[in-house]
Amino acid sequence: MDMELSETLQTVVDGLSDEYSDQLIDVYQSSGDTFVRVEPEAIVEICKFLKNDHHFIYLADILGADRFTSQERFEVIYNLVSLRNRERLFVKVWLEEEEPTVDSITDVWKAASWHERQVYDMFGVRFNNHPDMRRIYMPEDFDYYPLRKEFPLLGIPGSIDLPSSTPDTE
Amino acid sequence: MDIKNIKNSVDPKFFKEHQESLYDALEDKHTTVEILDDDDPLNTKMVLNMGPQHPATHGVLRLVLQLNGELIEKAKLDIGYLHRGIEKIAENKTYQEFMPYTDRTDYLSPYSNNVALCTAVEKIANVEVPERAHYIRMIGCELARISSHLLWLGTMVQDTGAVSFFLWSFREREKIYDIFDHIGGHRFTISHARIGGVANDLTDDALAMIKDFVSDFPQELKDFHGLLDRNRIFFDRNRGVGVLPTERALEIGATGPTLRGSGYAYDIRDFAPYARYDEVEFEVPSRLEGDNLARYYVRMEEMHESIRIIRQCLDKLPKGPVRADNAKQAYPSKDEVYYSMEGMIHDFMMTDTGICPPEGSESYHSIEAPKGELGYFIQSDGTGHPWRLGIKSPSYANLQALEDMLDGEMVADTVIMIGGVDPVMGDSDK
Repeated sequence: MDMELSETLQTVVDGLSDEYSDQLIDVYQSSGDTFVRVEPEAIVEICKFLKNDHHFIYLADILGADRFTSQERFEVIYNLVSLRNRERLFVKVWLEEEEPTVDSITDVWKAASWHERQVYDMFGVRFNNHPDMRRIYMPEDFDYYPLRKEFPLLGIPGSIDLPSSTPDTE
Repeated sequence: MDIKNIKNSVDPKFFKEHQESLYDALEDKHTTVEILDDDDPLNTKMVLNMGPQHPATHGVLRLVLQLNGELIEKAKLDIGYLHRGIEKIAENKTYQEFMPYTDRTDYLSPYSNNVALCTAVEKIANVEVPERAHYIRMIGCELARISSHLLWLGTMVQDTGAVSFFLWSFREREKIYDIFDHIGGHRFTISHARIGGVANDLTDDALAMIKDFVSDFPQELKDFHGLLDRNRIFFDRNRGVGVLPTERALEIGATGPTLRGSGYAYDIRDFAPYARYDEVEFEVPSRLEGDNLARYYVRMEEMHESIRIIRQCLDKLPKGPVRADNAKQAYPSKDEVYYSMEGMIHDFMMTDTGICPPEGSESYHSIEAPKGELGYFIQSDGTGHPWRLGIKSPSYANLQALEDMLDGEMVADTVIMIGGVDPVMGDSDK
């Protein structure tokens, strides 16, 4: 695939393919942003590598996504910023539907803590070795993961009754 | 209170499991440095629940503080009381339909949020925005920044003990609301930006009001400075409170004025310029101290810079259309809608289907909102609804920094630190 990587991102991608050729699955661009998909097992190592060797010292966000496919359904996207080179890089992992788990990167960036909790809260992706794996928005008593695609907009079991959708005939 | 078994000594009445796990987490925090006195004869240790209905927490923020006398030993934040599932709603709306919801995320600077969403959609769907619209957006964003900072200033100074200041800063905000009223017809949730431009051009009235504001406001700012800069009470309450060193701030992911007050000038307007920020001159103020006073100076200087940007925008404001003239990408003008069949159809199609970014594309675009980096991540499946729309909200990142900052501070400074970080719960809770 044709890519127009900037010089620094090219170095990063070259570095990744040298060091982690087995764990690197895909590199692609979309709308000007660069995405790197890696094996979930290697995420901590790769994050450490990006932070220490390529100055991605700032973690802006971690996002979850539900691909709604039978294989590798869940996606976790790490939004990394290199302040020195003024570059942004997105690292992705794909996780299986049954008990999606990935290692926590809180050891690399402390900022990951709340972001990972949010992904857990919304998608049910668990993070190993996370210091405080609790839900962040929803109460602990809540049984569902709201941003999964099968979760309905209205009518969660246990919530208040919906107003009648048929007009009153009387 | 029994600090070792907090759970046994409290009896939560709602969401029992949630409360218990929160207290568990408080018990577990920093287990290594934990040395608790078995006999605490003066009974100086207690767990203090602050919020979610505390007026000084600026919304529905709940803090659980474990105190030793007046010292906060450790703290946990509980958020989510304003969680409305905005990201879920977005997946079921067209992009333009979702835009009014963004007004209600960071409700102190609605204009920036509109622009953030619209620029993100424009990036993924490749929409060209006319020059004039860019400048109008910049004026709106900077006015929103001043408005947001004024509210921060009023409440934060009130937190430190000066009550009348709140009214003065609100008098200035009132002028900005009037300007917004003239720009878009709404005072608060303005929803003025549109995908591909803005809803309508600035009227002469609005332009005159903006010019008036720009010429009067620096004097007000000067008065604010005069009152606060050398004010002994204000100074002592803020200096050295909530210190966040540079490395720590980067590590914990602080953003916006909180990060700049800690010594790193990370500003999206400068880091990755959007709209026409590369064509105006401005400084990115930053301070090295990392305490609350540094955040105060950073925000005050930002208001000066905003005025400077608005002035340049007014000078440069080019003539021309304010919305992309392409029926597949933006709403047609009302003239077209009312007087031509095609315009009517295009308007209907935009409302019904909306703009469809290419299938499988994904993009992230962020702007510098008053609170920090506000980004929208969009994954498209080729329809008019986003497949996934993720919001990177600045308040969320800053609250995480606040949780880190609170440990070891005095309980009386908590409120000031919340004020200094300036979280908006609508933003962080989504």
